[in-house]
Amino acid sequence: MTDPAWINAAITAARPQAVGALLRYFRDLDTAEEAFQDACLRALKAWPQNGPPRDPAAWLIMVGRNAALDGVRKRARLTELPPEEMLSDLGDAEAGAADRVDQADYRDDVLRLLFICCHPDLPATQQIALALRIVSGLSVRQIARAFLVGEAAMEQRITRAKRIVGAGDAAFETPGPAERAERVAAVLAMLYLVFNEGYSAAGDPARTGLSGEAIRLARLLLRLYPAEPEVMGLLALMLVQHARTPARFDAEGEIVLLEDQDRRLWDRRMIAEGLALIDKAMRHRRPGAYQVQAAIAALHARAATPADTDWAQIDALYAGLERLTPSPIVTLNRAVAVSKVRGPEAALEMIRPLGERLAGYFHFHGLTGALNLELGRATEARAAFDRAIALAGSAAEAAHIRQHLDRLAADHAPPDRAAPDRPPPAAGKSAPGAD
Amino acid sequence: MLYALLCYNDEAAVWSWTAEQEAAVMGRLGEVRERLERQGKLGPSLRLLPTTAATTLRKSDPPLVIDGPFAETKEQLLGFYILDVADLDEALAVAKDLGEANPGGAYEIRPLALYNGGAALAAAAGA
Repeated sequence: MTDPAWINAAITAARPQAVGALLRYFRDLDTAEEAFQDACLRALKAWPQNGPPRDPAAWLIMVGRNAALDGVRKRARLTELPPEEMLSDLGDAEAGAADRVDQADYRDDVLRLLFICCHPDLPATQQIALALRIVSGLSVRQIARAFLVGEAAMEQRITRAKRIVGAGDAAFETPGPAERAERVAAVLAMLYLVFNEGYSAAGDPARTGLSGEAIRLARLLLRLYPAEPEVMGLLALMLVQHARTPARFDAEGEIVLLEDQDRRLWDRRMIAEGLALIDKAMRHRRPGAYQVQAAIAALHARAATPADTDWAQIDALYAGLERLTPSPIVTLNRAVAVSKVRGPEAALEMIRPLGERLAGYFHFHGLTGALNLELGRATEARAAFDRAIALAGSAAEAAHIRQHLDRLAADHAPPDRAAPDRPPPAAGKSAPGAD
Repeated sequence: MLYALLCYNDEAAVWSWTAEQEAAVMGRLGEVRERLERQGKLGPSLRLLPTTAATTLRKSDPPLVIDGPFAETKEQLLGFYILDVADLDEALAVAKDLGEANPGGAYEIRPLALYNGGAALAAAAGA
C-alpha cells in the first residue's frame, strides 16, 4: 500500500483538507501552501518506510504546521524554546495528530479554501485557475496548458489572484448558517465553471481532466454537507454529463450531438451514481437550478434510444427552470423540448422574442436554422446557419453547421425525411441540458 | 464454510484514481476473480458507489431517513441484502418492511457500481 501511485492518490485526496487547515492556522495562502509542500516531501520519504498513516490529512497538517513554525522561528532567530507540543518530531506527529486536530473545523476549512477562490473581484477564469492551483494542487504548467496560455502568463495571473484574495480576511471568521449557505452556493457555481472548462474541451486531456476534478471536489463538498440537495444536484448533473464523454466526439474530433451518440459508450457507473443522487435530492423537496438540470440530464440518460426520450417531462422541467432562473438560454433549451412535443412551429414562436438578446449566440441561430429546416423553409434555414457559422466557438461547432449548409446546398427541394433534424447543441457553458 | 470479505479503503483516494490506475487495478483483480470463480470459491462480488450516494434508514419508530452513510460506531455490520428496485423510494420501502420484521439498528442503502454474479457455490447449496 506504499507504492508511489497510492501515495500520490492519498496526498491528492488529503490536499483540500490539509491546505484548508494550514490556511486557518497561518492565515496566509503562500505560507499554507509552502507548509503543505514541505509536509508532502516528508511524506514521500516517511510513508514508504513506515507505511501510510492512519489519517493522511491529519499527518500532513501536523507535519506541515511544525515545518512552517520551524521556518518562522529560524527566520525570526527566536532564542526562547518553542512550546512543548510544537517540538514533536515526525514519529509523534502521526500518533497524536488525529486527536489534536479538531475534526469539527475540517468542514469549514475546506469550504473556506474553496470559497476564497470565488472572490467577486476575480473574473471566472481566474477563480478557476486559483482553485485548480490551491485546492486541486495542479502545477502552474498544467493549468497554463489547460487554458492554452504560456506558463509565465499563468504564473502572473495566479499571483495577482492570490494578492486580491489575500487582501481581505473576512473569510476567516467561522461562518454563520446563512453565510455558510451563501458560501456553498458560490462554491457550487465555481465548481460548475471548472467542470465546464473541461466539458467544452474536445478530447484535450489537459482540459478534460478538469471535469473529473470538479466531480471529485463536489463529492468532497457533499461528504462535508451530506444533506444539501443542491450539492447533490450539481454532483449528479456533472456525473450524468461527464458519463457521455466517450460518445461526445467522433474520431475526427467533431461534436456528436446527443441524438446521434452511441449510448452504449455512456459510462453507466457515473449515470447510476448521478441517478442515486437525484433520488436523494428529490426527497428534500427543496428544488434548485442544479437539481432541475440534473433531472433533465437524467431523463436523457434513462432513454435507451433518442425516441424513448420523455420530452414532455423535459419541457415541464425546463418550465420549472425558467421560473427558478429566468434566462433566454433556458428558454432556448426549452424550445428544443417544445419542438419535439408540439412541433417546430411552436418552438420557433417561443424563441422568436429572444432574437435580440441572443443575436450573438451561436446556438440560437443553430436552433433557428434547424427548426426552419424541419419546416422545409430552406432560405430561412440557410440564413440562420450562415449566422451560426460566423459565431461558432470551435472547429467542431462550425463543422456541424457546415454539414447542414452542405446538405441544403445539395438538396434543392426541402428535405423529405420525416424525422426531425438534430436539436441544437444546447449544452455548452450555460445550457447543459440537451447536448 | 462461507465467508464474506468486506473491502475497506480510503474512498477519497480510490475515487481519485486515474482511468489508467483504475484499469490496472481492475485488470489485476479480474484475473484473480476468474481463477477463484473457476475453482468455485468465489460467489457474488460487488463494488459500492461512494458513500456520498448513500442514504441511511434508522430503524426507530417511526423510521428516520438520514442522508449519507451509516456513521455510528456502537453498532456492527451484521449482514446485507442485494435489492433490485426502481429507485431510492422503493429501496426505502423495502428497508422499512424489513425493519418492521426486525426492529433496532439501521440499514445503509448504498447503490452498487458493479455486480458480478460469480460461481454457484457448493457450500451455499448445502447451507
